[in-house]
Amino acid sequence: MKPRVGFFDFASCEGCQLTVLNLENELLDLVELMDIIEFREISSETGGELDIAFVEGSICRPEDVRRLRAIRRRSRLLIALGACADTAGINALVSDRPEAELVREVYGDDPELMPAAGHPRPLSAFVQVDGRVPGCPIDGQEFLAILQALLIGRQPELPGFAVCAECKLAELPCTFERGIVCLGPITRAGCSAHCVAEGDRCRGCRGMVDEPRSGPYYRILEEHGLDLDAIREQLRTFNLAGEVKK
Amino acid sequence: MKIAVNHLARIEGHANLVIDSARGQVRELRLEIVEAPRFFEPMLKGCHYSEVAPIAARICGICSNSHTLVSLEASERALGIEVSEQTRQLRRLLAFGEILQSHLVQLYFMALPDYYGVASILPLVHSERALVHHALELKRLANDILRVIGGRPVHPVTPVVGGFTRLPDAAELMDLRRRLVLVLPDLEATVEIFAGLDYPDFEREVTALSLLGDGDYPVFGDTLVTSGGRGAAVADFRDLVEEYQVPWSTAKFARMDGRDYMVGPLARLRNNHDRLSAMARQVAEALDVGPATANPYRILPARLVEVVHGVERSIHLIDDLLLAGLQEEELPAPDRFGAAVAVIEAPRGLLFHAYDYGDDGRIRAADCIIPTAQNLASIEADLRLRVPQVLDLGREDLTRQCEQLIRAYDPCISCSTHLLRVDFD
Ligand code: SF4
Ligand code: SF4
Ligand code: SF4
Repeated sequence: MKPRVGFFDFASCEGCQLTVLNLENELLDLVELMDIIEFREISSETGGELDIAFVEGSICRPEDVRRLRAIRRRSRLLIALGACADTAGINALVSDRPEAELVREVYGDDPELMPAAGHPRPLSAFVQVDGRVPGCPIDGQEFLAILQALLIGRQPELPGFAVCAECKLAELPCTFERGIVCLGPITRAGCSAHCVAEGDRCRGCRGMVDEPRSGPYYRILEEHGLDLDAIREQLRTFNLAGEVKK
Repeated sequence: MKIAVNHLARIEGHANLVIDSARGQVRELRLEIVEAPRFFEPMLKGCHYSEVAPIAARICGICSNSHTLVSLEASERALGIEVSEQTRQLRRLLAFGEILQSHLVQLYFMALPDYYGVASILPLVHSERALVHHALELKRLANDILRVIGGRPVHPVTPVVGGFTRLPDAAELMDLRRRLVLVLPDLEATVEIFAGLDYPDFEREVTALSLLGDGDYPVFGDTLVTSGGRGAAVADFRDLVEEYQVPWSTAKFARMDGRDYMVGPLARLRNNHDRLSAMARQVAEALDVGPATANPYRILPARLVEVVHGVERSIHLIDDLLLAGLQEEELPAPDRFGAAVAVIEAPRGLLFHAYDYGDDGRIRAADCIIPTAQNLASIEADLRLRVPQVLDLGREDLTRQCEQLIRAYDPCISCSTHLLRVDFD
């Protein structure tokens, strides 16, 4: 029997699910390989037990927690799809502001009109997560590799090294030579240093490597005089939820 | 009869439809927006201008290029930066790439299954091979435009304040041009498919609001126009439309002159019909959409007309770029820090960003108005008129017709809940 797969989303931009739909070359094969039971963005079908649930987005409200737990209960494997689900990603940018203040700022004072919202949290704050596809957005090819591993019953592994390693391998000129700060030295590889290759810098969307300071590239940051505060400021966009690891 | 459809499928984001009727009368009708709010404006507060567009892009994955482009333009206006003609043309091409991508996903993946009586496009992979082939060919090309110009389809990398971090190769542009011509048969077949659909008969007069094209069908611009012929400057957008809150929605609704109005493909087409490309105008005629179209189900053909226009204009834009030759450019630096607004015609309609920068180059206040927030009141008004007309169809057909109507607008709920006006002091 084909594995039964579902896609779900919480507070997110749906860009990670769209990245799956953007796999035009592989989409027909995917449809042959698995039964896509649920994918609300493109299908009105629902229900049933799942082998794999890919879940996008952060969890903000009690009703989100309930819906996530219900998905967890009927899924053999639950995989965080993208930074919002994996680390709270960009949603966490508001985490240093009090919740009540945010809601009041946006919706005003009328208690009847105020939606209950809390600080966005990753899935793992509420349920067991069996795997993760990092990135904002995810990398389509990496998604396929992870899916393949899951389908043959293997635990997918993420690279333990930093983006710098892929960047050097691709012989890209280092942005620090132009005086531009790049988070490649402490960010988990797997995207082939995509943004550096496109002429920008790494903004750290895939989250940090496990032991950033013991990695061989951490020195690049120190050599350019970045102290912990400066690094923390740089990490705001995608990594505010995770404490800067010592 | 009570109908409640929770987490409506095949739209972007989470909304419920609630209808309560008795003896031919609709007692209650609500489009509940249940998406979790994401507080983007507070997120932007304090951001340096180099970070603003990448953060704004994450409001919506489906129109991340539009958010990026309008964000860059608002910042550039606030910072006194003029961009080159080459940058303007590349941005326009990027905008067309996204209009194609977003429209094609909506037409083939979200809307068409209703008309084929299936839950999604997936079962059609076997029964309608040719149709799925056209969909994927066109969609792949749209994404490749986004890749070549912006670096990736979702959350572009190369567009930055002042220009681009890298330019496309002439060879890549030539390849795109060749393929834009090669997909014309797929496009023709798509037109035939949508010409053959049975759109429900329904009309409601509503004011259309869009940018006024400056010699061309609009993408960027400085002048707004209504279907009634009233003009307004983009800078006065805030005075023209009024946002308001309803208890059943985490998104705000919007009105103009105290009434609902429509933005998006049909609104643009109604207001700028004479500015469509030659091929698009023919297709508009064949699909029977024009300045007087008042059937919201016909937003679908209007969307397809824009796809045709986008393909034709992209070919011309690439010709112009290749003829002029791509020049590497220095990125200009800001010469002031002030406040400004900008508007783009995103796939779903008018998208407005306004920023106020402090002297440190960081955002002091941000304000955004999203296309879907402007359409929500119109969708509800359509449903209020439509539901009594089809009450005797029975629960299933009634629900389907309502869902079809909502989908025709291609509402983007993530967007609409993520951006609400906030003033910081
Ligand atoms: S991780 Fe990024 S791309 Fe994915 S849903 Fe979240 S904001 Fe969108
Ligand atoms: S710091 Fe950035 S640009 Fe430099 S080598 Fe590392 S990833 Fe590449
Ligand atoms: S280069 Fe950095 S910011 Fe870009 S995709 Fe890779 S991890 Fe994300």
